Amino acid sequence: MRLVPGSVLGSTFGIVVAALLMGAAHSAPASDTPNPAADAKAFQKFFTDKFPKVKFEDFVNGPYSMDEGLYQQWKEKEEFPPYEFALDMGKELFAKPFKNGKTFADCFPNKGIGIRQNYPTFDEKQGKVVTLELAVNQCLESNGEKPYSYTKDEMAAVTAYMAFTSRGKPFDIKIPNDPRALAAYENGKRYFYTRRGQLNFSCASCHVQSPGEHIRAEVLAPALGILNAMPIYRSEWGGMGTTSRRFTSCNSQVRGVPLKPQDDEYRDLEYYLSYVSNGLPISGPGARP
Amino acid sequence: MRPLTLALTVILLTGATLPAFAASTEADFKAAYAAAEAANNEAGKLRNQWTTTVSALTAAKKAAEAGDFDKAVAASKHAEELAKASIYQSQEQKDGWKQMEIR
Repeated sequence: MRLVPGSVLGSTFGIVVAALLMGAAHSAPASDTPNPAADAKAFQKFFTDKFPKVKFEDFVNGPYSMDEGLYQQWKEKEEFPPYEFALDMGKELFAKPFKNGKTFADCFPNKGIGIRQNYPTFDEKQGKVVTLELAVNQCLESNGEKPYSYTKDEMAAVTAYMAFTSRGKPFDIKIPNDPRALAAYENGKRYFYTRRGQLNFSCASCHVQSPGEHIRAEVLAPALGILNAMPIYRSEWGGMGTTSRRFTSCNSQVRGVPLKPQDDEYRDLEYYLSYVSNGLPISGPGARP
Repeated sequence: MRPLTLALTVILLTGATLPAFAASTEADFKAAYAAAEAANNEAGKLRNQWTTTVSALTAAKKAAEAGDFDKAVAASKHAEELAKASIYQSQEQKDGWKQMEIR
């Protein structure tokens, strides 16, 4: 098809401007004074008010908490969960000694067992948010090993095992009294609500404004508790994926060029989303349609 | 004389508009592509490039390699407009994101 630049300008620009104006009409701006505790309270209230029939701890089950039919399918799936192979692989990798004889257990508090709920954490020495995925690769590199791909395979397997050992433990994300930590939290919040990509969507467009609604055959998950089940086996992917995979694929789906996995924005986004889900239990690894 | 005047007028008018329909050259493509690439780089600095801009740039390059400079220029201009829209989006969202915030 031959391109007609003039009409493309008009249509693309027009759509974006119209969508932005619609967004602007949504409500008045929030206060600029950062208050994570108040944010988390308002965030959780928003979802519990919107879905009064969903039990608080069920929000970690994503789309399954929104749709009775899906919930039943998931119950059956959990009898032979599709993430089981990754879990076995993760357990093996976790215990396998590195070339120097050390293992992952040497890099983490409590030997890496039952600690998923504390990640991401703000590392004051590094001056940045450290996600579990980043911590896994930092462990590998500090022991002379090659880092894993952030999006799937070994990374998904190891984090699946670590999540499994933490199941039921509530998210307990801390924001230390460090202006850099608060700045990272605010940056994550900004990223979550910022519209991007040609479709002019923010994370919130799907996961705040439209949870429970369909996009094609998919039921959109609520943002509350959305990371508690990570990593996940997704039928759409035909395999396991990490939080990094989820973030980058979300960006692509709205026709935005994804950032690199574990770039500042993504780690800060994970920090924000995990913090506002404090109190909800870890349920990973999960399975999603 | 009248038919002659009319014919001359038509020829002159056609001539006046000819540059707009003339086949694009490699130089036209290079200029259009450079402008599109510059706009997309600016969008990159704002951390908001669009996949469609990248696709249009790729299509432009492919068309140029095939010697179809009309198509290459059109795709470059398309890419530039998309990149400019992504820049506008970033600028508007600098504070606009707060409109959607749960509080």
